[in-house]
Amino acid sequence: MALDAGLVGRSYPPSAVYEVGRAKIAEFAAAIGDPDPLYRDAEAARAAGHPDVIAPPTFAIVVSLEAATGVLDDPEVGIDYSRVVHGEQRFAHHRPIRAGDRLVATTTIENARTVAGNDMLTTRVDLATEDGEPVCTATSMLVARGA
Amino acid sequence: MSVEVGTELPEQTYRVTRADLVRYAGASGDFNPIHWNERVATSVGLPDVIAHGMFTMALAGRAVTAWTGDPAALVEYQVRFGRPVVVPDDDAGAEVTVRGKVGAVLEDGRARVDLTVTSAGQKVLSLARAVVTLP
Repeated sequence: MALDAGLVGRSYPPSAVYEVGRAKIAEFAAAIGDPDPLYRDAEAARAAGHPDVIAPPTFAIVVSLEAATGVLDDPEVGIDYSRVVHGEQRFAHHRPIRAGDRLVATTTIENARTVAGNDMLTTRVDLATEDGEPVCTATSMLVARGA
Repeated sequence: MSVEVGTELPEQTYRVTRADLVRYAGASGDFNPIHWNERVATSVGLPDVIAHGMFTMALAGRAVTAWTGDPAALVEYQVRFGRPVVVPDDDAGAEVTVRGKVGAVLEDGRARVDLTVTSAGQKVLSLARAVVTLP
């Protein structure tokens, strides 16, 4: 089934709040093997001008990917997740994500097309604090390979 | 630091084992079995278990933030996932090598870094670019 180009521009209601914890940031930093103290030592982070520990640049995916893949459940998108691979990813950081952030994800379909039987869906997830401060824009292109 | 077009980042090589993928799955919440289960990976046509694309992206990001010395300096970052990083079930795992070069010096004290990320001699990311603020 070809993706309907009319999906472009569709947006979804804001997500529930995701509260960023110090332990989760430290766990993620350890998983990517990054020893930077700004990811685990609040005093080092404060000395560098941050209110608390900050997250590695790709940590945003922890919050954004669920929002991006949630679009697949839209019956008008109708993509089977088991056929999906991650095609492209982009992050634009307005400021680093940090411990204590209460983030809300708002998802918009930026592009939808079918090329050679493969569905290509680009979603933009805007992460902002619940007070509306923009933090990160995470754009994911997901490819569903033709059956 | 002095930065001009062509300035090269120190080359970094990271080893990736199955244990690293399990750990990344837990930390990221991406439990797709193609990243830890050979039976599932081969059933969908992959040669073996493959690394999460986002894990490879994170490793390449480490090469950039190690160079800037400040992770907050990485303000924009994008990649296209070209080929998978195949991770065999042994202690050696796979190696991911990250090379970077300044491709442009932008306005507002920023620079664009173009990354070349390879594993087993093949490019695994394409259009891998980071924009960093310079100190």
